[in-house]
Amino acid sequence: MLPELGQFALVLALLLALVQCALPLYGAWRNDPALIAVARPAVAGQAVFVALAFGVLTYAFVSQDFSVAYVAQNSNRALPWYYRFSAVWGAHEGSLLLWILILNVWSVAVAAFSRRLPAVLMARVLGVLGIIAAGFLSFTLLTSNPFLRHLPALADGNDLNPILQDPGLILHPPMLYTGYVGFSVAFAFAIAALLGGAESGPDPRAADPAGTARDLANWVRWARPWTNVAWAFLTLGITLGSWWAYYTLGWGGWWFWDPVENASFMPWLIGTALIHSQAVTEKRGGFRAWTILLSIFAFSLSLLGTFLVRSGVLTSVHAFASDPKRGLFILAFLGGVVGGSLALYALRAPRVAGGKPFRLLSRETLLLINNLLFACAAATVLLGTLYPLIGEAIGAGRISVGPPYFGFLFTLLMLPVVVLLPFGPLFRWAAADARAALRVLRPVLLAAIGAAVLARIVAPALPLRGLVGVAASLWVGLGIALYALKRWREAPPGRRYTAEMLGMILAHFGVALFLAGVLITEATSVESDLRFAPDATHEVGGLDFRFRGVTRAEGPNYLADEGTIEVRDGERLIATLHPQKRQYVGGGQIQTKAAIAPGVLRDLYVALGEPLDEAKQGNGAWAVRVYVKPFVRWIWLGGLLMMCGGFIAAADRRFRALPEPAAAPAPAAPARPAEARA
Amino acid sequence: MTPTRKRRLIAVGLVLLAVAAAATLTVFALGKYQTYLYSPSEVLAGKAPAGASFRLGGVVLEHSLQRAPDSLKVAFVVTDRFHELPVEYTGILPDLFREGQSIVATGRLDHGRFVAREVLAKHDETYMPKEVADAIAKAKAAQAHSAR
Repeated sequence: MLPELGQFALVLALLLALVQCALPLYGAWRNDPALIAVARPAVAGQAVFVALAFGVLTYAFVSQDFSVAYVAQNSNRALPWYYRFSAVWGAHEGSLLLWILILNVWSVAVAAFSRRLPAVLMARVLGVLGIIAAGFLSFTLLTSNPFLRHLPALADGNDLNPILQDPGLILHPPMLYTGYVGFSVAFAFAIAALLGGAESGPDPRAADPAGTARDLANWVRWARPWTNVAWAFLTLGITLGSWWAYYTLGWGGWWFWDPVENASFMPWLIGTALIHSQAVTEKRGGFRAWTILLSIFAFSLSLLGTFLVRSGVLTSVHAFASDPKRGLFILAFLGGVVGGSLALYALRAPRVAGGKPFRLLSRETLLLINNLLFACAAATVLLGTLYPLIGEAIGAGRISVGPPYFGFLFTLLMLPVVVLLPFGPLFRWAAADARAALRVLRPVLLAAIGAAVLARIVAPALPLRGLVGVAASLWVGLGIALYALKRWREAPPGRRYTAEMLGMILAHFGVALFLAGVLITEATSVESDLRFAPDATHEVGGLDFRFRGVTRAEGPNYLADEGTIEVRDGERLIATLHPQKRQYVGGGQIQTKAAIAPGVLRDLYVALGEPLDEAKQGNGAWAVRVYVKPFVRWIWLGGLLMMCGGFIAAADRRFRALPEPAAAPAPAAPARPAEARA
Repeated sequence: MTPTRKRRLIAVGLVLLAVAAAATLTVFALGKYQTYLYSPSEVLAGKAPAGASFRLGGVVLEHSLQRAPDSLKVAFVVTDRFHELPVEYTGILPDLFREGQSIVATGRLDHGRFVAREVLAKHDETYMPKEVADAIAKAKAAQAHSAR
């Protein structure tokens, strides 16, 4: 009975989503306050029914209702209770429901926290969010209903895919989706601004009492905190995913350029460009059309990500759901959203031009370069990811490009980003004094080069990449630190750092840590696959790894071979590691569980390969993967700092302040002193 | 031409130049790093490049896996059910590597053996990579054609 209620709740939610898009958008067009007022209640109602449906599905998992096909496929009786919750989004149908739930959370948040914004604009924003919700709800109901029954009920379920039975996977998908879906808010604001631009006549700068031109000018300020929060969540999601891949997949890598990783990375790249271009649009009025375009692309790439992951068109380690019908639906939806919004953009974008002039040497130019590089990076990743599809389409055979392609182009494109980054905060808007900036940065450059030389002397074996890592990380880190110091000295107490500035500083520190982590890990990691006879010792990276044999271990729903490996530095025992090779009872899948001794400066990483003497029943020699990975944690530490930066910047008080009165000259409102600084 | 226009023209020109440079590099990288996937039948028909790296897709032949006694070297046979190709690999095989399951291996040919430097098996046991399924279907079609 309950699952049917869940499905019914989804149908009601779909109807409310249709109401939420149709009435307020029409109302905003006809300027009908009654229809405009429908937006908020519709959002609330839809959210209630979606939450109800999600609760029902969760209850089906917790109570192990194997008459529901989706539950039977993705859990079984032995599954521990905490994984029964995360199993809800362990496969296609449930993760779609999670997508919709998160979209509703965002919609409710936007409706609740934007009460002071113009009602017409909000009607449009919520209407656009309603269109997206309607699309995804009908997709779920038509092609991927999680509440379908399997009667008679199965005695026991299949099992949750073992790679998903991990604490990291409880958090990773919701965080990633919160980021993905969060770009829908920036998208909705951009579309609302485009829609609004029409009613003020051919020139939005002309006086208009309804204030639509003001909306057009101010939408960016209102969209900025939402975009920053979405970007921060996406950063967290990607960081968690990378960390999870590192310790569960048993390969010890932190990034694989896998299609599904790329699917989350492309919106991140465009999102990064977007939060920078939004700053220009908000403060200087420039890059207006470009910001709108980036908002459209960020969300489109999020949709494409869903398409890539869920349709199974690309071979990937994550592609556990393959159904061409679903792919077709998402493709049509994607086509509609992208095509529709680009058409609207083409019609309206010429009217949103504007902004103050700037010189070649200015912060605007630097941010323009940032935007170009990040957009190019996203384009090359997109091309590489879709390359197998393109190859097939033009009949070139089964071709693909691997990590070397992505690594080569991405490094090349990010090199200027790293070089120019410290100049960004030091350059002023409109016209910058390049010499002053160089004066500040000269000691930083000397320190970075000095440190690289020192590293070369201390560790002669350090390859070039490691030296570059030391130098680049110091260049960015010290450059940002000097900027922070300069503010401290020059600004009066109490007005030194706005939240936005603090967020910027933190996020860029994150970049410095990330650079150090990536380049030093890549340069100095020692990775060896070794044959360990019982009690054999191998030396890896200057440490002795001793194999103490394998015993049987038992988990809640798996049996495991558990190895014991002692790590010694000379005579001193520094770690005892217990890597496991698990066999899950439900589906019989094998899963490697690496054992890691984490450290700020170095991780010791051990994973069991396979038993090499079949005759001795696992008591003989084993293949074991032994890695020593210096600085690898800095990669995720950097990601976490970037995330913090995003959240802190979003909390800036300026974003919460009421917009200036409509009387202000709209598109290029003169910046108040508080905004002009920095 | 006003100074503003001139500046704008220069800016647009620079952007176009940058995009052109990026496009050139991308084309270069695609050409350099793209790899093809072949089935054993195609390899034996001489379609795979002789000295270069490529990917081999197929099923691990049952009872073909052999381990060296004192190292991590393994040898097995990959088949598309029509032709077979011996493969050598040194290292740890993925969790889902099993005889009778499909894999994709990257490496190059050396005297009639495929020396792999990477072996991938898919995470879902019931799932055959589309490209392997295609390769097998293609080999099947070629077989039917030649039998006629």
